[in-house]
Amino acid sequence: MSGIELRATLEIVLAGGFCGALGFWVLSERLAYAGESLSHGMLPGLVLAALAGAPLLLGAAGGAVAAAGLIALAARDPRVGPDTGTAVAVTGLVGLGSLLALAPDSPQRLEELLFGDPLGVGDGDLVAAGALVLAGGGALAALRRPLAATSFDPAGAGALGLRPGLVRLALLGLMAAAIAVAVEGLGALLVLAVLVGPPVAVRRHVRNPGAAMLAGAGVAAVAGVAGIQLSAQAGTAAGASVALVLCAAAGLGALLPARRLG
Amino acid sequence: MTAAVTAEGLSAGYGGRPVLHDVSFAAAPGLTVCVLGPNGGGKTTLFRALMGELEPLAGRVALSDRPAYVAQTERTRLDFPVSAFDVALMGGLANGRWWLPPRRSDRTAARAALERVGLAAEGDTPFGELSGGQRQRALLARALVQDSAVLLLDEPLAGVDPASAQLIDAIFEQLREEGRTLLVSSHDVEGARGFDVVLCLNRRQVAFGPPAEALDRATIEATYGRELIVLEQPGAARAVTIQHHEHDHGKQ
Repeated sequence: MSGIELRATLEIVLAGGFCGALGFWVLSERLAYAGESLSHGMLPGLVLAALAGAPLLLGAAGGAVAAAGLIALAARDPRVGPDTGTAVAVTGLVGLGSLLALAPDSPQRLEELLFGDPLGVGDGDLVAAGALVLAGGGALAALRRPLAATSFDPAGAGALGLRPGLVRLALLGLMAAAIAVAVEGLGALLVLAVLVGPPVAVRRHVRNPGAAMLAGAGVAAVAGVAGIQLSAQAGTAAGASVALVLCAAAGLGALLPARRLG
Repeated sequence: MTAAVTAEGLSAGYGGRPVLHDVSFAAAPGLTVCVLGPNGGGKTTLFRALMGELEPLAGRVALSDRPAYVAQTERTRLDFPVSAFDVALMGGLANGRWWLPPRRSDRTAARAALERVGLAAEGDTPFGELSGGQRQRALLARALVQDSAVLLLDEPLAGVDPASAQLIDAIFEQLREEGRTLLVSSHDVEGARGFDVVLCLNRRQVAFGPPAEALDRATIEATYGRELIVLEQPGAARAVTIQHHEHDHGKQ
C-alpha cells in the first residue's frame, strides 16, 4: 500500500468510522435530508476557502456552521414545516456556492469540492479526523442517553427534564462537524453516503443504540477500506468508489433478514 | 393543603392560536383526575401546558413536582432499538447526570418498576415487539422510575388488553394511596366514574368535580357534542363516545 493510499485509508477509517456511528442518530432523528442539505449547503464555505487559499476544513466548518444555523432556523418555522424551510435555505446556499465557483477568476477545484479526493488527504486532514474521533466520540458517549430518550419519545423526554430541541441542536452540530471533516475525502455531493449508508446497513440487525453505533462505525471503516482498494485496483475515482461501496453495504443490510445483535 | 396541580385561567394553543380556553382547577395530592373530552378537545394540549412544553397564552399553571408523562404508545418509536428495561431505565434521567451511564440504583429502580407492572420477564424484549398493553406498562414503568408526585397519562387504557387494563388500574390505586396525583385522559365516560374527580374539556373547561355531580347528561353532551351516543337504559342513561383518529396536539 502506498503512502497516499495509507493516508486515504486512515482518513476514511477515522472520519468514516465516526460518521458511521453518528449516522444511527441522524437516521433516528430523521435528519438524513437535513444532512444532505447541510453537506450541499456548505458549498459557499468550501468555495470561499478555495478562493482564499485557506484550508478546506476551515471553509467546510464555516460553511457547515452557517448552513446548520440557517437550516435549524428555517426548519423550526411551523408555518412552512421543516422540509420546506430546509429546502429554501439550502437552495439559496447552493446557488451562492455555484455563483462563486463559476466566477471567471475562481480556481478549477469545483470537481474536487463536489466529489472529494481521499487520495489528496494531507497530515492536517488526518489530525482533524483524529480530533473528530476523540472530541466527537466523547460528545456522542455523553449524549447517548438523552439522544435515546428523545428519539424514542420526545414528549416523554421533555417530561424527564431533557430539552429535546437542544439535544437535536447538539446532534446537528455534531453532524456539521462530521461533514466538515469528511467532506475532504468524499466531497459535498457524496459525503452523505458515509452518514446514512452504515446505519441503514446495521439498523435492522441491532438490539440497542450502542450496538448500532459500534456496528455502523465498523461497516463504514470496512466499506471505506474496500472502496479505496477498489479504486486502486480498478482505477476508478476514489471518493465515488467509497460512496458506492457504502451504498452497496446499505442495500445488503436492508435486504438481509433482520437479526438482533448486541 | 397545597394543590399538587393548579391551572388558573389557562389558555393554550399553537402558533399563538388557542385551542383550549379558560381552564381553572386545582387537584390536591393523592387525587385521581380523569380528563374527558373529544379528539381535538384539548386534553393533550392541557398536558403539554402542564409539562411546560407549551407556554400558556393566558393564565398560569403550577405543579408541586416535575410531572412524569406516559405517552400514548403510538407516539413512541416502535422501530427504535430499545428493550422494555431500557425504556424503564430512561426514567432515571429525571435525576440529572444525563451525561453519565446509569447508576446501579437506577438499574435497581428500573427492574423494580418492571416487576411492579408485571414485565419482569420481558425486560430484554424489544419495545416494538411487546403487545400494546405491555408497551403501555413499560411506559408506566418509566414513569414509576421517575418517581414524581404528579403523573400525566395520555389515554393509558386505549387499546389495552383487559389483563393489562386491570393491572394498570391496580397501579393507579397504589399510586393514589402513595399520595401521588394522577391526571388520566380518557374517552371512557363510564370508566371516569371510578376517579375522584373529572375534568371535562371541549376546547374550554366544561366541568370539574366529583363524577357523581359533574357527569350529568348536559355536561356529557356539552363535552362530546356530535361524538356522543347516549344509550337509554332502564334506570340510567349510558354514554358512549365515538373516537376519531386525530389528535389535537398536531393542530397548528
